[in-house]
Amino acid sequence: MTLATLLTRLTGDEKHAPSAHSTLDVLWVLYDRVLNVRPGHEDDPERDRFFLSKGHGVAGYYAVLAAKGFVPHDWLDEFGGPSSPLGHHPDRLRVPGIEISSGSLGHGLGLAVGTALGLKAQGFAKPRVFVLLGDAELDEGSNHEAIAFAGAANVDSVTAIVIDNRSASYSPPGGLGSLFTVHGWIASEVDGRDHEAIYAALTEQHPGPHVVVARTETKNA
Amino acid sequence: MRDAFIKETLAILDDDPRTALVLAEISADPFGKALANYPDRAINVGIREQLMLGVAGGLALTGLRPIAHSYATFLVDRAYEQIKLDLRHQGVGAILVSVGASYDGAQAGYTHMSPMDVALIDTLPEWIVHVPGHADEVGPMLRAAVGHDEPVYVRLSTQHNPEAHADALRLKVIKPGGKRTVVAVGAMLGATLEATKDLDVTVAYTHTPRPFDHSGLGEIAGAEPDIVMVEPYLEGTSAHLVAETFADKAFRLRNIGVQRADLHRFGTPKDHARWHGLDAESLRQRISAP
Repeated sequence: MTLATLLTRLTGDEKHAPSAHSTLDVLWVLYDRVLNVRPGHEDDPERDRFFLSKGHGVAGYYAVLAAKGFVPHDWLDEFGGPSSPLGHHPDRLRVPGIEISSGSLGHGLGLAVGTALGLKAQGFAKPRVFVLLGDAELDEGSNHEAIAFAGAANVDSVTAIVIDNRSASYSPPGGLGSLFTVHGWIASEVDGRDHEAIYAALTEQHPGPHVVVARTETKNA
Repeated sequence: MRDAFIKETLAILDDDPRTALVLAEISADPFGKALANYPDRAINVGIREQLMLGVAGGLALTGLRPIAHSYATFLVDRAYEQIKLDLRHQGVGAILVSVGASYDGAQAGYTHMSPMDVALIDTLPEWIVHVPGHADEVGPMLRAAVGHDEPVYVRLSTQHNPEAHADALRLKVIKPGGKRTVVAVGAMLGATLEATKDLDVTVAYTHTPRPFDHSGLGEIAGAEPDIVMVEPYLEGTSAHLVAETFADKAFRLRNIGVQRADLHRFGTPKDHARWHGLDAESLRQRISAP
């Protein structure tokens, strides 16, 4: 079953799936080629972590988790229903493979920094921690606490991915990457629909924390 | 109490590699040794309280037992949504340890006061709340808290009682007496005992107001409950729980605590105790009133 069909089961909207989902290509590349995760091993301490900080980008996330075998396909049909584990924001206590419960913006990056430090403290050198945020989510000040500290403390196993669909009312004059690079992060910018470019950016080795800005269509275009 | 907390936490970090410490500058100096020895699990994030809680949540997600610490107003009031979402909602816990209880920082003013911290924590499910009344009560409660993964709030104060009652995890009768039951929480015990020395009342004490000791209060209060709650934080914080204890019978309850007021005044904690009606003389009048 294709990702587009799985998405249709969530939204009932065949025409706009998957292009309506700005996160979908990044999520697919992550789960298909980048993350060291697999169904049945959701608690393996050596696994990579993926935190969806912009919790409203959930339809594509559930579709990818279903395609990869973490979530039964028939769960998708009751999206948001009273007995469904799949809410309009993800709940880690309800859904296998989901690493953080999110929805309120600006929580993922702080949790990611703590997770990276906790893994390092316990000698787990392999796992990487990926966090997906939206460009407008960067309005939240809590992100900037995490960005500044992760840069200063060189929390190098964290990769932030910012989906830039120009949702923010105010964009930074130096570009989204500049919000990170000023604190010592390394920034890359990719076409958020180009799987090879996304893959290359997410697997680059860097001596410090890394942000990948993935540009997609403008939200309300 | 702060010294006892620092001493015990340094020992805990040495003893147990599962424990972690997250600071936001406050107390970074006395914890310097731990920050140097354990750079990955003793962390000062700078003056960033939202991040302090996020990092605590992240550490807990990897299986560590984090202790996060700052002034109550910065730790609880400022970072309330992080406490709500980055810990229990993720299915993990942490030990939050505050200083600057209620009006401890009298000279610093209202910006450094948090009489509402326990009420805020009370809005969240399943928290354990410790309000020690003496420095010697601090170590054992920290040791107990690192032994499990539940969310724990420890509220340290510069106010303290003359004697420690480390065993008062549940309500402990300190002074047996008449039918009126006075419950003193944390550092309110000293002033409460002074206020009631010639009153025929029963005085019970606890340093652990959450989980609330419903059965203990029911036993002590007897058939016709006549309760006075004396709490070192916002007045009435425990009123809903006393009401729950006696849901099926008539009871009398007088709440005594810090008033819901921004006094815009400085001075000493002793001054504020008087202004809030929490000195021994005011307590005596309020406890003995018919």
